[in-house]
Parts: sequence; structure tokens; C-alpha cells
Amino acid sequence: MTFTWLMTSLADATQYRAQPSPRMSESSGTLKHYFVSSEQQFDAAKMGMWLFLVTEVLLFSGMFVAYAVYRAWYPEVFALSSELLDWRLGGLNTLVLLASSFTVALSIHFIQKNEKEKTVVLLLLTLLCAAAFMVVKYFEYTGKWSHGIFPGAGFAPHDGYEAYNIAYAPQFFSIYFVMTGIHGVHVLVGMGIFVWIVSRVVRGHFSAAYYTPVELAGLYWHLVDIIWIFLFPLLYLI
Amino acid sequence: MSAPGQNYLNASTGLRSWLLTTDHKRIGILYAVAVTTFFLLGGIFALLVRTELAAPGETIMGPDTYNQAFTLHGVVMVFLVIIPAIPGILGNFVLPIQIGAKDVAFPRLNLFSWYIFIIGALLALSGWLVIGQVDTGWTFYTPYSSDGSTSVLWLTTAVFIAGFASILTGLNFIVTVHKMRAPGMTWNRLPLFVWAIYATAIVQVLATPVIGITMVLLFLERLMQIGIFDPALGGDPVLFQHFFWFYSHPAVYIMILPAMGIISDLMGTFSRQQVSGYTFIALSSVAIAFLGFLVWGHHMFVAGQSAISSIIFSMLTFLIGIPTGIKVFNWVATMYKGSVSLKTPMLYALMFLFLFTIGGLTGIMVGVLAVDVHLHDTYFIVAHFHYVMMGGALIGLIGGLHYWWPKITGRLYNETLGRIAAVLVFIGFNLTFFTQFIMGSRGMPRRYHDYAGLLEQYPEFTALNLASTAGSYILALGLFMILFYALLSLIRGRKAPANPWGAVTLEWTHTDSIPELHNFEKVPLVTRGPYDFHLADDVFGGRDAVQGTT
Repeated sequence: MTFTWLMTSLADATQYRAQPSPRMSESSGTLKHYFVSSEQQFDAAKMGMWLFLVTEVLLFSGMFVAYAVYRAWYPEVFALSSELLDWRLGGLNTLVLLASSFTVALSIHFIQKNEKEKTVVLLLLTLLCAAAFMVVKYFEYTGKWSHGIFPGAGFAPHDGYEAYNIAYAPQFFSIYFVMTGIHGVHVLVGMGIFVWIVSRVVRGHFSAAYYTPVELAGLYWHLVDIIWIFLFPLLYLI
Repeated sequence: MSAPGQNYLNASTGLRSWLLTTDHKRIGILYAVAVTTFFLLGGIFALLVRTELAAPGETIMGPDTYNQAFTLHGVVMVFLVIIPAIPGILGNFVLPIQIGAKDVAFPRLNLFSWYIFIIGALLALSGWLVIGQVDTGWTFYTPYSSDGSTSVLWLTTAVFIAGFASILTGLNFIVTVHKMRAPGMTWNRLPLFVWAIYATAIVQVLATPVIGITMVLLFLERLMQIGIFDPALGGDPVLFQHFFWFYSHPAVYIMILPAMGIISDLMGTFSRQQVSGYTFIALSSVAIAFLGFLVWGHHMFVAGQSAISSIIFSMLTFLIGIPTGIKVFNWVATMYKGSVSLKTPMLYALMFLFLFTIGGLTGIMVGVLAVDVHLHDTYFIVAHFHYVMMGGALIGLIGGLHYWWPKITGRLYNETLGRIAAVLVFIGFNLTFFTQFIMGSRGMPRRYHDYAGLLEQYPEFTALNLASTAGSYILALGLFMILFYALLSLIRGRKAPANPWGAVTLEWTHTDSIPELHNFEKVPLVTRGPYDFHLADDVFGGRDAVQGTT
């Protein structure tokens, strides 16, 4: 997590060094009529994104609370159930996401220097990592389903998993599927955003003078990463 | 820049120019149309509920229909009327102009918010019409909601979606207030309405995601039986109540804070005087927003929460009375030695002061543990929150709509009709809900379609219920009267001057009768506070000019 924070603050620091000149951006036609300067426009967009990320944290916080409550009530069941999750696959996904946070931070660095080819390559690498994450997740999910580990009413462990047919194990797996599922939806949304950003970089929409959407997409992606960094130890390790 | 005579209303015409507008003023009107429609709908259900209770025994509907009627009344009024009303209508129209901005920070997002609000609303209503009726009450408590009609699925989705509209509106206003203020518009020169909307926006952004995830979990509970909230599957219904109230208590402040902001502006303008304790009123909004997050457990005193939690929640609840009291005393002090002008908006401000104080003080009563055990789930609670939500939030909204009506439409309304309607609303409201305080304190339970079984012990319930129902009709008459003269004003109202009230905030002093498309020709330079009547030469021609005329 420290790492992601480092990358975010790195992105911040470089952005202020390469402060866009208002004149450039005004002439390139990206300044909206209701803003006085492109600094104001950029600051507003960035603040809006940070606020949005706060709402995302609160959205997940509800699920973290549900996890904490049920874990406190049934610690043995949760300890037993979490053994069923493969920490190697979870760890692999953690590394994949951390790498993607690094590539996206670098892509912002390079768009600030007008190096568009490098930006595109790094964004495509980010996309690749996101896809790898989802593929690993797919194998984890189907592995569970084939043994009857479903969220909710379909929960019926079989084929060697009979030991998990105990009270409140369904709660653990419901929470596992809901939390990782909603996180996975965020990864998919992020992939969609990056496809859109890449296509706009290729079409030459962004430059050192105007790159707000690239930076905002990066911020979003760091959040997706940070949430996983909490999910991984809580669900797989402890 | 713009042609003379051009304003935001005639700059472009046609339905398309309204449905695709990104102008904050037009979006405010879009909200006004939508919210008024839903208010009418929610009001009809309220009248149906009151009519059923007019006499003992079954009057017009059976118990199941009754449960559905009060559920729909609650859901519509809370999620589709009071929460979006003031930020959506007046926040959108007034806030950017009051801080000297040409628009909100994210105008397209603003329009998008309106559309998701409408989608959420249509989903709720169509689900209710097509799939089946929900009878859980607006609180969706499990296990009522985890078994029973699957229409719960639609309604939870609707609340989830409408919640995003609220989040995005709040986000937009926070960024707008931080980043879009005109030169010289410092934080201590913000009109108190802006402060209130800002505090509200913080709550919207921080609390609404929690109802979002609660609705997702409830949806999955109903769809897949994930066993988090449903006791039959090992889930915990009290956990649902914690989740629900963690949003829904702060949501109460989403509803009341903007109204308090309106009242501050009205008190200043119609007392022709600096609002007393400006800084205290401004910061008490923020204090209420903050404290509002710490008191949700007072809805659950009898739900099986631990005694120690209840004691802490009860104590924190009392604390809310401090910033609220600061506001009430400062409003009263603002009128002291002011030139109070009893125009229709001011009548509503005074009505707010009276009704909200009753609502607030009874709120402290039901925050007392021992008293709440007696009053919980009685009509006392119903009366309390109607005094706050209707007597506070909606009366504030109506006062604000009267105040800004000339700016929004460029027309004046009939002042005499306005005052008569205000009196009808006041009488009707108190007759409806004060009787409910009396009944509730004697044990009349809420959410029952009949009270015939109680009459042996409490024969007065018949007369009190009848009076309450009669009051609701008078209230409805007053509200319809407002609708009538508002429409009349649109058709043939006199043209309004740019500043009919002699107010000194920017929307009155620096825009035309109807604001132009981008609000201001030039971004205004702000040199005084929002209620500095003594410095407002541009409005009154300065002290010398006034003395010169005598």
C-alpha cells in the first residue's frame, strides 16, 4: 500500500513540475466557458475525482463492516473457510495489480512529457495486467463453483469440500463473492476506461497541456488496487 | 456579450433545449417539475392514509393496502421529494449565482444526476405498478423485505440508483464551492444558504454510498439468500438496521440543513439586517453534518442494541441540540431591532421557526432512553418527524421557492393569495400533526390501519383522528392554492424587478430580472459580506442618498 501511495504522490509531484500553461490549453480549446483558467479546471476535476474515490471507499466500507462483524461472531468458521482460498493465486493477483499501478503512474508521467508512444504502451500494459487479474479470478471462481461453493442459497459443498458444510460458512463465502465480485466489477469498469483513454491518446487528444482524464483514470485505478490490498489479507491470509 | 433582452429562458427554446441543457438554472427547473410531480403523488398517498384513519374500523382500505399506501408515501416523500428537493431545485438555481460562478464545476454531470434521479424514480414507480406492492415501510427492515413481494428488488435498485444522483449532486456542489467562487468571495462572505448546501453536500457524499451498499446487499439477500440480514438464514436483522440508519439518520440532515440555509437568507433579507452570529450559523451547519454521523443508534433503542450503546447514542443525540439551538436563537436575534417585513417568504420563515422548534425539541424527548421506550412506534414519533421533515424541510423549501420565484421566472405572484395559503398551511399542518402528538403520547401505534380496539380505553382517539384527517385536507387545500397562484403568476403575473426584496446577495444585485444565460456579463468582484445591507450602495444608493431624500 505504501508503494501505491508513493506512486500516487510521485504522479502528483511530477504533475506540478510540468504545470500546464494556461495559454496553451486555452488555445487548444479544452477550457470550458465557466472556468477562468485551465488550472482552475484541472483542480476542479481532480478534486471531483478525489471526492468520488471517497464515496467508493465508503461503498466498500459497508462490506468491510459486514466482514468484521461476522468474523468477530464466528472466528473459527472464518478461519476454516479462508483456508479454502488459495493464497498463491491471491498473491499473484496482488503482484499483478501492483505492477499495473506502477505502469499507470508511469503513463501519467510520460503524457506530462508529451511522450505519447510510451504512454500508450504503458496503458496497454496496465490493461494487460487488469485482464490477467480477471483471468486468475475466473479460475478461482470456477474452482469454487465446481465444488458447490456458491454464494447464498446454492451453497452445497461436495467433492471433498464436505467439511465446509457448516453453519455460517455460507456467510463467509457470500461475503467473499460479494466483495471480490464488486471489486471485479470495478476492475472491468477500469478496463473500459483504459480502452477509452488509449483510443483518445492515439487520436492525439492529450498532451502535456491537457491530460486530466489520464490522471483521473490513474487515480481511479490506484483505488481499485488499494481495495484489493485490503481484501487479500482479510480474505486469504488471516 | 449577450443580446439585450436575452436570458436563460429565451436563449434557446424547444423541449430538446431543456432536456439536453447543462445550464444549472434550467436543471434546477427540471428538478422542480419532477419533484413537484412526485410530491403530488406522495401527497395523494398521505391523504389516503389519513382518510383510512378518519374513522375507526375499515374506512376505505384493508390492512395490506394500508401498509402499501404508507410505504409508498414514505418512499416517495423521502427519496424522491425531500432529499432531492432543495439541493436539486434551489441549490442548482441559486448556489452558483450566489458565489459568483457561471455554472457548477461539472455541468454535464449535473444533468446526468437529474437523469439518474428520474430513472431511479421511474424504476420505483413502475416496479410498484407492474411487479407488485411493497409493504415494508420506507425503512425496508428485514425480514419484512427479505421475504414477501419481490417488488423489493425493484425498489432497492431504485433507491441505489437515485442515491447516485444525490452523491453526484453533492460532489458537484463541494467542488463548485471550493473552486468556482468569484474574486473576493471568501469563505466568510458566502451566503448562509451556500454554507448549508455545502454542509449538506458533505453528508450526501459521505453517507449515501453506505445506503448504496446496503441496498446492494439487501438486493442480493432477496435474490440469492446470501444470509447477511435474513435471520432465517443466520443473518442479523439488527445489522441491517445499523446499516440502514448509518445512512438514513445523516439523511435527515440532508433534508433539514438546506432548509435551515434558506431560513438564514430569509431572516437576513426580510429583517433588513446582518444575520446575527453569521460564523456560528455557518459552522453549526458543519457541526450538525458531523454529529449527524454519530447518532444513528437512537433509532434502535428497542431493537436489541446493547444498553451501553444506547446510552452513548442517547448522549450524542442531545449534542445535536446545541448547534441547532445556536441557529434558532440567532434567527430570533436577527429579527430583533430589524425592519421586519412580513412578506409571504418571511411568513414561511416564521412558520419554520415555530414548527421546527417543536419538531426539534420533541426530537430531544425521544432521544431520552426511558421516554423513547414508551413513545417508540407510536404516533408521537410520526408527529415528531413530520414537524421536522414537513414543518422544517418542506416549509423551508416553500419559503425559498416564494423568495426566489421572481428570479427564477421573472414574475411576481399574488401576495394576498400567498398569505392566505400560508395561513391555511399553518392551520392545516398543526391540526394534522399536533393531534398526533397527543394520540402518540397516549399510545396510539403507528402503521396500523385501525384503532377500534383502543377506543374502550381511549375514546378520544376517534375525535383526534378525525381532526387530524380534517387538518390534512386543509393542508392539501393550502398547498393546492400555492400551485394555483404559481401557475397564475406564470401566465399573467406582473413582471418582477431585478431585486424585488431589496436583498444584497449576488443573485439579486448582480443579475437581471431573469438571469442571462451565463449569469453575469462579467465575473463580479465581491467587496462585502452577504448581509452587509449598510454597505450595499448598489441597492439602496448609500446612506447619504437616503438622508438626502428626507
